[in-house]
Amino acid sequence: MKTAGALIAVTAAAIALASGTAAGGAAAPEDMALVPAGPPAAFFVPGGSGVPAAGADRGASADVPAFLIDRRPVTRRQFAEFLRRRPEWSRSRVAAVLADAHYLEDWASDFDAGARVPPDAPVTRVSWFAANAYCQWRGKELPTVDQWERAAAGDGKDTAATRDRILRWYSQPATEPLGVVGRGAPNAYGVYDLHGLIWEWTLDFNSTLISTDSRDPGGKDDPLFCGSGSLGAVDPSDYATFMRYALRNSLRASYTTSRLGFRCAAEPDRP
Amino acid sequence: MWITALMLSFATVATAAPDQNAVEPTEGEERAVLTDAPTVPPPITRKHATKVVVRLEVVETEMTVAEGVRYSFWTFGGKVPGKFIRIREGDLVEFHLDNHPDNKMPHNIDLHAVTGPGGGAASSLSAPGHSSVFSFKALNPGLYVYHCATAPVAMHVANGMYGLILVEPRDGLPKVDREYYVMQGDLYTKGPNGQPGLQPFSMLKAIDERPEYVVFNGAVGAIAGDKALQARIGETVRLYFGVGGPNLTSSFHVIGEIFDRVWPEGNTSVVSHNVQTTMVPAGGAAIIDFKVEVPGTYILVDHSLTRAFNKGALGMLKVEGGDNKIVYSGKISDEVYQPEGSRIRVTDLPPQPARPALTRKQLLDRGRSVYTTNCAACHQANGQGIPKAFPPLARSDYLNADKVRAIRTVTGGLQGSVTVNGEKYNGVMPAWTLSDEDVAAVLTYVYGSWGNSGKEVSAQEVKTHRAKGSAKASE
Repeated sequence: MKTAGALIAVTAAAIALASGTAAGGAAAPEDMALVPAGPPAAFFVPGGSGVPAAGADRGASADVPAFLIDRRPVTRRQFAEFLRRRPEWSRSRVAAVLADAHYLEDWASDFDAGARVPPDAPVTRVSWFAANAYCQWRGKELPTVDQWERAAAGDGKDTAATRDRILRWYSQPATEPLGVVGRGAPNAYGVYDLHGLIWEWTLDFNSTLISTDSRDPGGKDDPLFCGSGSLGAVDPSDYATFMRYALRNSLRASYTTSRLGFRCAAEPDRP
Repeated sequence: MWITALMLSFATVATAAPDQNAVEPTEGEERAVLTDAPTVPPPITRKHATKVVVRLEVVETEMTVAEGVRYSFWTFGGKVPGKFIRIREGDLVEFHLDNHPDNKMPHNIDLHAVTGPGGGAASSLSAPGHSSVFSFKALNPGLYVYHCATAPVAMHVANGMYGLILVEPRDGLPKVDREYYVMQGDLYTKGPNGQPGLQPFSMLKAIDERPEYVVFNGAVGAIAGDKALQARIGETVRLYFGVGGPNLTSSFHVIGEIFDRVWPEGNTSVVSHNVQTTMVPAGGAAIIDFKVEVPGTYILVDHSLTRAFNKGALGMLKVEGGDNKIVYSGKISDEVYQPEGSRIRVTDLPPQPARPALTRKQLLDRGRSVYTTNCAACHQANGQGIPKAFPPLARSDYLNADKVRAIRTVTGGLQGSVTVNGEKYNGVMPAWTLSDEDVAAVLTYVYGSWGNSGKEVSAQEVKTHRAKGSAKASE
């Protein structure tokens, strides 16, 4: 299946190159998956007022246009190559405003990720600025929250199982070294590791203002503040997703953590 | 006027109005002493407000909930409950919340002792590897719960993120001999109570408020056995008791004691006397004083009793000292009482799924756990029994002589005269509704302990020799 899918993708990419397929076509390089246009996997009710029932209509936001997203998170090996090409992002040279004191602190040296963690494990302890620079260097960009959540929701058939997996991941303290990317099963779009390995940066990670106080009903100051408490959520029982939004909200662009990495996205006609 | 005078006479502790505390100037600065339960920091003796620096570190760590059961706790300071914080009313607290770099989750803190939006939550959200600082003036004295308030708040609390902060009234609380810190919490594990291994959090059980464990100080047995709270007769014991929840209210009770003084709701302005059971809400606390007069073991429970006896809400206070036969005589006589009808307790248990065969080590661990829960109360943890009441299992001739009889005794109970190691016993042991596997485990454990024969008992043997008429405990 996987091989067949990849072949189709390669073939499609070749056709796209040959014929200059317009945006929205099925063009995808091998290491990226195409997520078709569709509604965002909204977690918060737009304009949120009142308490929606669990599983209520997910709102009337505009569709997310089709996009490409890396099948796997960016690895330490890939990031090491970026650092050699863009040494201004190396640990000793990066500006303090662009990365906090934990930036790449688990690396052996500026350009050597070291042997403690496999080179094909996802790179973590990177700031948003560094992740963003990496994606731009690759001619891509970070996925938006809407894109990331849409990719992560898959075809929506195994929501309960996915939540279970996420909660199980939350139950494991982050003391073990990270495993390599792409080990589990891909989701319906052929994307790996969206859950259960690391957190991931998004382009607009700070655009949804979930309140720092999870019980704050919000809704008075700003529609986005409705993200604050369960009152604004489409499904208040979705603890797994709450946590993702809370994590994003705790971040600033210079922050790094031991379990926060990223992957890149692109428009379909500009892989 | 008369009413005011009456009310004042009920108040045992002088406190200042919040307005006064808001403007009380502070002198000097100190670092707060923080302690892990059941220890409490020393009372505050200074007579003025000061600036207190509190540094609390959030640590995500795997710990034991019950024997063989692991859980990934999120903690304020590495243990559950979180560190006890002790300050005085009028103090200016500079609060540092440090989220350890190895953590996976964002966290914050809401202290119920804080006056201000979110109780500090909005000012303290910290990503892993980051630290937040905010300050507050302690306007109201009392015993307050603190907890994490990051979304989803119930999960953070269920995972252990709660603790107590005591804001002492300006003249302090009445002096006592011992102070202890106990908090109750409910835990929602994916597997049923007792299922070994690392148990993930169950969102569904949490939402349904169906905990698998209800515990004091983070684990079954955290303040029992050799970790029991201690006191000597004649001493006055104070419990700072809080409920983290996230969901259940506690009917807190100490078996065999009457609370001489309770400050309900953690409110230091009003005291109740002669209380049997005090209700403590989730996110609430009480201060409880009682003098211990009679030696022995006093059991702390949530008097919603299945929580105590099936889910872990059970602690111990061991009181040492000479007997006081006037206050309490002890047992004066004991004779066999035989009512009409069956002496066997029959309970239908749901069928248990088949489990893979256990290794001897697993069998012994399981056996120890079954023994601790069901047998140790009478036969004692060391198998020595109690002279004239409960026969010993250690080096027991009665036990070692006949394995089948042992299986029948556990599954069918035993009544009447038996001779064990030359001593006569005339008592009643009830039939136990344990699964074949549990009976095999506990007997293998007993045979493998305390100088016994080392026989192994299999679940198959238990199935074959199970006493007739006893409950069928497993498929």
